[in-house]
Amino acid sequence: MSKTSRTGIIAPANAKKDSIIEIRAIAQHDMETGFRYTEDGKRIPRDIIRLFTCRYNNEEVFRADFYSGIGANPLVIFNTIAITSGTIECRWTGDNGYEAVNQVNITVS
Amino acid sequence: MNSFKVHPPNLSRRLYLSALGVLGLSSSLTPLSALGTKPEAMEAIAKIVGSNTLKDGRVKLVIPPLVESGNLVVLKVAIQSPMTNVDYVKAIHIISEANPSPNIFTAYFTPHSGRAELTTRVRLADSQRVWAIAQMSDGSYWQDYADTLVTLSACTEMI
Repeated sequence: MSKTSRTGIIAPANAKKDSIIEIRAIAQHDMETGFRYTEDGKRIPRDIIRLFTCRYNNEEVFRADFYSGIGANPLVIFNTIAITSGTIECRWTGDNGYEAVNQVNITVS
Repeated sequence: MNSFKVHPPNLSRRLYLSALGVLGLSSSLTPLSALGTKPEAMEAIAKIVGSNTLKDGRVKLVIPPLVESGNLVVLKVAIQSPMTNVDYVKAIHIISEANPSPNIFTAYFTPHSGRAELTTRVRLADSQRVWAIAQMSDGSYWQDYADTLVTLSACTEMI
């Protein structure tokens, strides 16, 4: 996977306290399964994102283990409760030392 | 003489048709190969559940019943739970019956999740049944499944 992979998160900038907000996270990644072969019969080694974590003010609110069954350019849409103003941080970790972090700020009123 | 000339093409046509018949038979046998990986999926589920009982309900797994390409299939899973500190969904495991590896993903929720819902995009290697196993904070396990027809498979194609 190229080092120029892009990742992003979409979360509301403002939210009411104790309301449920939706977070969308996407990463640009081939998610090479390790089950494919080239034309000359060589197996293409696996290269996937294995772990996705979301921390809200440094507290883990959501985590997912990925296997090769997740499609290329993985997208996850999940929910969390807006508690206090702060940062939402999403981290992707994978094979071959892949790591990407995204942060967004949220104001809770 | 003329009819004699017509005969050979007729014969080859008959052969062609019977060949089609054989093909038809063999194509109806392909689901058997999909069943080959089914024990693996059951093994993966047994590994998650352990000695606990698996109940039907509370989980809703949604995948399109017919997909053109198995490369990106939108999968949505929702679990009924009050999501409080004492009663919440710990994890949801998605297991495939026909993919080369049965595990698709596992997601872990917390009481801060608010709603135990998740949408993502998965790969499906063949027409198959996909299972969702939810693990609750009280130690109970709930399941749901969805069947889908895949016209173009993912994972194993040549590049």
